[in-house]
Amino acid sequence: MKKILIVEDEQALQKTLGEILTQEGYKVIAASDGEMGLTLAQDSNPDLVLLDLILPKMSGFEVLKQLKGNNLTKDIPVIVLTNLESVEEVDKAVSLGATTYLVKSQYSLEELVSKIKEIASPSA
Amino acid sequence: MRLKDIIDDFNILKRCREYSLPLWQCPKFLFLTMGVVIIVGLSIVNLALVNNYIESPEVVALTALILTAISLVIAFVTTQVLENLASVSRMKSEFISIVSHQLRSPLSNLKWAIELLMSGRLGKVEEKQTEYFHILKENSARMHELISDLLVISRMETAGFFSKKTPFSLTELTKEIIERFSVFAKSSNISIVLDSRERTSDVIANSNHIQLVVENFLDNAIRYVKQSGDIKIKIENRNGKIYFEIKDNGVGIPNDDQKYIFQKFFRAKNVMKYQTQGSGLGLYIAKNIIEKSNGKIGFKSKENEGSTFWFTLPLIKH
Repeated sequence: MKKILIVEDEQALQKTLGEILTQEGYKVIAASDGEMGLTLAQDSNPDLVLLDLILPKMSGFEVLKQLKGNNLTKDIPVIVLTNLESVEEVDKAVSLGATTYLVKSQYSLEELVSKIKEIASPSA
Repeated sequence: MRLKDIIDDFNILKRCREYSLPLWQCPKFLFLTMGVVIIVGLSIVNLALVNNYIESPEVVALTALILTAISLVIAFVTTQVLENLASVSRMKSEFISIVSHQLRSPLSNLKWAIELLMSGRLGKVEEKQTEYFHILKENSARMHELISDLLVISRMETAGFFSKKTPFSLTELTKEIIERFSVFAKSSNISIVLDSRERTSDVIANSNHIQLVVENFLDNAIRYVKQSGDIKIKIENRNGKIYFEIKDNGVGIPNDDQKYIFQKFFRAKNVMKYQTQGSGLGLYIAKNIIEKSNGKIGFKSKENEGSTFWFTLPLIKH
């Protein structure tokens, strides 16, 4: 079973994403701040990370930088999932190694699930 | 005040960037310029007076000194007032930006939670419930649209927003937008026809901004067609410029309302009857973008017959 780590401080979003991804056949783990997200990514070796950018304790950019700078975690695909949408922020996340950058308000839940399946199919 | 703060205070370019103002509008720069002009100007007057009234140079020097001091105090007070105004304006823009971002998070939560409920994944949804879920979904979309427009406006007021211009094809951009709007248009029984026979339609502007304008024109055209109809989009070269036109057979704009159509938060009386949605900011944003991209924008409209909105942009000659 593929494992997805959701790093998101909004409890409501964690719950909604957790529910739909569980239904789609993924094992879901979640972190509510950047530091916890980084620790969980290193300890549980997920198949995909869904990463918010504005996070308590450590920003999403810093989490991304550290994930990509560590041999153990550098190959884990990271989907940045945020409400920040300026070109500078997208460029920064992509240059730090984000697999894709999704602005929350521009995607429906089903579209988001399709994107996740493209990157980490639950059955593969 | 620490030494670093004092040094920072003299870093005019940095201070101007903080206010998002061009150099010639920046209070610190204006104070420096005024100070130099006052000191140099009064020194020249002083010299001239000393040369002509050499008998009492002390009186002349003292008068010039007092005048210089008074002028500098006036200049300082004036620029302080300007600086306060610039600071308030920047805070306002930042406030809108922060509030808008903060509002977006709960809205995203709401949107996805509603979608999850509507999907039936959490249990069967009754028809009557679906109706109300639709109301929730539409209203959260409406609020999201308003927040997005407010964010664009707060960004428009910062320096540098209009600075990134690159060449792109207006026809290609329009095709992509039509493609994205095709489901919305089809569900409203509307056909969109694009007439672009020009070999080139390359313009130089910020394509993200022009995309907002075309999307706004198209969205309005679809929304305000009463039942079914046609939307015709024309792109052609006119007098060395690209001319973009979108024509609908919708509700049109009443004569009395036409002069206000590009104003912030304005919505015509007749469209309020058909559509309660809409922030009243789209055309205000469009006008600002087109004018800052060295183009022109306008429309002609007749109530109950339809509207034609157009804009021009500088064409790149190959």
